Amino acid sequence: MRNLGPDRPLIAAVVLLAAYGLLILYSAGQTDVVTQAHGVWQRQLVWMAVGVVAAAIVFRFSFRLLEWLAPAAYGLGILVLLVTLVVGTGQGTAAGTRSWLSIGGHQLGQPAEFAKLAAILMLARYLSSLRESPRNLRELIAPCLIAGLPFLLVLKQPDLGSAIVFIGILFLMLFWAGVKPSLLFMLASPGLSLLLAFNTWTWGVWMIVLAVLLFLWRPYVVEGVFLYVVNSVMGALAIPLWQRLAPYQQNRLLTFLNPEIDPRAAGYHAIQSRVAIGSGGWFGNGFLEGPQKRLAFLPAQHTDFIFSVVGEELGFLGVLVALLLFLGLFLVVLRIARRATDPFASLVVFGILALFFTHFFENVGMTVNLMPITGIPLPFFSYGGSFFLASCISVGLLLRAAWDARLSGYADV
Amino acid sequence: MNEFHSFRRAERAVLARWFFVGAFLLLTVAFFRTQVVQHERFRLRAEKNRLRIVPLAAPRGVIYDRNGLVIADNVPGYAVKLLAPSADSLRAVLARFRTVVPLDSSEVSAILVRYRQAPYQPVVVLGTGDFETVSRLEEHRAVLPGLVIQSEPRRYYPDGQAVAHLVGYVGEVSERDLETDRFPGAQLGTVVGRAGLEKEYDAELRGQPGIHYVEVNARGRLVREEDVAPTLAAIPGEAIRTTIDLALQRYIDSLWNAALPGVRGSMVALTPSGEVLALYSAPGYDPNEFVGGISTTAWRKLNDDPARPLLDRAIQTRYPPASPFKLAIAAMALKRGVATFSTHMPEPCRGGLQVGNRYFRCWKPEGHGSLDLEGAIAKSCDVYFYQLGLRIGLDAILTDGVLMGFKDRSGIDLENEIAPIYPSNAAYFDRKYGPRGWSKWGATLNFSIGQGENTQNVLNMTRFYAALASAGEAPTPYIVRRRREDVLNLGLDPDQLAGIRSALIAVVERGTAAGSRSIDLAIAGKTGTAQNSHGEDHGWFVGFAPADKPTIIVGSIMEFAEHGSNVAPYVAKVLHRYVAGPASGDAPVTIVVPADSAPRAVQIVPDSIPQVDPVADDTTPPPPPPPSGP
Repeated sequence: MRNLGPDRPLIAAVVLLAAYGLLILYSAGQTDVVTQAHGVWQRQLVWMAVGVVAAAIVFRFSFRLLEWLAPAAYGLGILVLLVTLVVGTGQGTAAGTRSWLSIGGHQLGQPAEFAKLAAILMLARYLSSLRESPRNLRELIAPCLIAGLPFLLVLKQPDLGSAIVFIGILFLMLFWAGVKPSLLFMLASPGLSLLLAFNTWTWGVWMIVLAVLLFLWRPYVVEGVFLYVVNSVMGALAIPLWQRLAPYQQNRLLTFLNPEIDPRAAGYHAIQSRVAIGSGGWFGNGFLEGPQKRLAFLPAQHTDFIFSVVGEELGFLGVLVALLLFLGLFLVVLRIARRATDPFASLVVFGILALFFTHFFENVGMTVNLMPITGIPLPFFSYGGSFFLASCISVGLLLRAAWDARLSGYADV
Repeated sequence: MNEFHSFRRAERAVLARWFFVGAFLLLTVAFFRTQVVQHERFRLRAEKNRLRIVPLAAPRGVIYDRNGLVIADNVPGYAVKLLAPSADSLRAVLARFRTVVPLDSSEVSAILVRYRQAPYQPVVVLGTGDFETVSRLEEHRAVLPGLVIQSEPRRYYPDGQAVAHLVGYVGEVSERDLETDRFPGAQLGTVVGRAGLEKEYDAELRGQPGIHYVEVNARGRLVREEDVAPTLAAIPGEAIRTTIDLALQRYIDSLWNAALPGVRGSMVALTPSGEVLALYSAPGYDPNEFVGGISTTAWRKLNDDPARPLLDRAIQTRYPPASPFKLAIAAMALKRGVATFSTHMPEPCRGGLQVGNRYFRCWKPEGHGSLDLEGAIAKSCDVYFYQLGLRIGLDAILTDGVLMGFKDRSGIDLENEIAPIYPSNAAYFDRKYGPRGWSKWGATLNFSIGQGENTQNVLNMTRFYAALASAGEAPTPYIVRRRREDVLNLGLDPDQLAGIRSALIAVVERGTAAGSRSIDLAIAGKTGTAQNSHGEDHGWFVGFAPADKPTIIVGSIMEFAEHGSNVAPYVAKVLHRYVAGPASGDAPVTIVVPADSAPRAVQIVPDSIPQVDPVADDTTPPPPPPPSGP
């Protein structure tokens, strides 16, 4: 007897994560001093209700309809991002940026979150329309443009964290579309060049390694030469580009390398987050009992640094449970991507997986200084309407893809 | 697209699964490292984040006198402190604080200065709050965030100004003392002894502060005061027992207050073995005013007072030793054998002495006639001592004077004892005036009668008399412990000492004061009059009793008293009081001693050079300590 209901493992993973997240969000509001986090869990509950309705609606959309709608959604997404750049406002810790769209003083949301979904749809549509998966750099130009346009617009807001998500989505979706890892590596090489150029020695070694790799992989000669030139140019551009970054962005990257450079300002978040997590130990200080959170030493404890609350109050074991839940979610979604009825649906599912994973890894990684600090929410944990809604819509899409797969008899493969 | 054949997807899914599992493992390792491996480090860091240390003051050790009476005690008190996240917020809280408890603007700025020195510690606002103030503050706690009220033992000196110079006072450690590490273990805000015994024995008296933790939030605001972390109790300071006879000290104070109001001077009482029985200086101050921080106005008043109440006139002021020094000349002469008690000088006293082309007067214009040494001591005859001094010679006077302790501090266990001025050899005069700029016999005559480049503090002179009163030996005087073990030895045999003592008895018994001595107590002593170019001369009296077997030596100087004979009655009362005991009451002791006004110091330099005036620069007190805040 086939189970034709919704995908139970997915629902289980999402419900568990959302419940866990809500508990932590409740705890984040329990402080000895009044913070913004106070009482947000109730508002998050409202968003959850809205999210369930949104997911139910999206569940009704067939992937054919979505494929048809993709260019329109993408175009709309780009348009809204453009509008946001002009009239956007900042909020909270990122008050200086233009990432919020508001009408009449009422903040509607962060368009970047929906642009991510639109970009996923558009990339999926484009990649699934190809006869063969891209085999050289020239064939990668189109998908790069699709992801690159919203990337640049978001970067301009400036919101480095969200912009990086587009990169993550692009690379993971290209991988799922069958692009060879060596080609992906070549695509990424200018970026690596940019990072490594801050030290002449590392950059020199990198250029030699790149030459050897190009010799081994043998792309088209023109492409190989072009790539090498681009890498050289990026190396030369690194310093001027660095100087064009906003000081707060520079500080964040610098303090990622060494948070103690500026422990009172830029490094403060990185240090306090690690202090809270590290003080949790094996079992944590107990639910609601984390002193760093209680006394507001933890910055943005209900949004960007909510995972530090897990670490402080529930300890390493609580963290491990959360990490396992996320891993479970990823593997469940991966299974859906594998079983999806058609390339478009599969790519959309994998794109959503990429979206969740990039957010997860960047957010959790930054709390232990594994990643630089970028204000980017943790799926199902962080308070924030737009992203939570986008996540719910994503889950609706995933459920639909799983449903379709089951109906088509793929379920038991 | 054939890349989406299920087996191709499965291939990539395997890769992707490894990728996600790898990311999971990476994060797990990162969290394991932070939470388990480095847990202790971050736990400490978290505690440091939220805990602020509030030092708990240790009660200072009690200071007892020789009979177990309390000189310095502790009483319950309250310290009012504020824990503030920033200077601005402290200023705001202080503004509200002032509506509850008045603070003047200089106190507010002092508090802000102290806050900036240690912004993570609660800043002391009121060093001593009484119960009423504290309860008023408690009522307004809601508008005074960061208010910390601690019950703290508070220093109390029951006898107040009677023991002021002896016991000193306490206050917050100064930055300079912190730099020089004068008080090991003291930190900013630690209360230490700032003068007297409190300072000298601070290491024993201070004890160790305890530690109390309070919790603050990220903005540095006080969140919780109690049960935050275990409190470490303070270790009280050790009690010290002194040689002081508090009853005698009180008696001197009451005597001075009753009979000598406004008179500046000092009185020191020693036992023959060097124990300090009393050490009194007038005018005094109330050391209780310093507890918890002296107010700026009170501090200014003490500092601006021309009478310099903070100056300890027993050890911090030098006076010309004048006639009491004649005993040193007599001792030198006896030691060197240039004279005996029956020696008469070639020139009898006819009111003066012609030396070369100059005439040096005795204090008594009509003259004393021909005297032997005992008579000369009794009558304090200058002419006799001029000749005796010339017979000993300046070099011998200087050498022997150094041996008799006139060049060194007495070595009492108190800080800031001023060193006497006494040349060790004649080269001193060469350096000061040039080899041809001074006359040797002029200097000799000056030294013979206790004038010239010779200034001593009262304690030092009293110590010399302690040697005369005992077997010719005077150990280092002390209040708690001897600083030095060396003994001043006059090098006289017992017969010579007995002779000197009977001569000193003669001062009181026979001298000009015959018949008016204390009825039932043999008192020995020497009056003196110290030249003072600023006004009336200072009066000296150093004496001991009972004369045959002394148990107490008292030295005293009264500024502007004109004659030593004006000082002697008070010293006699103190001697009587000590020997006869407090039960004897205020016995009607009256003694009369010669009112020998000293002749002016001889000019030893050509007339164009102004007269040597040691008093002018020697009464300059040491620089006062910087004011301590409340």
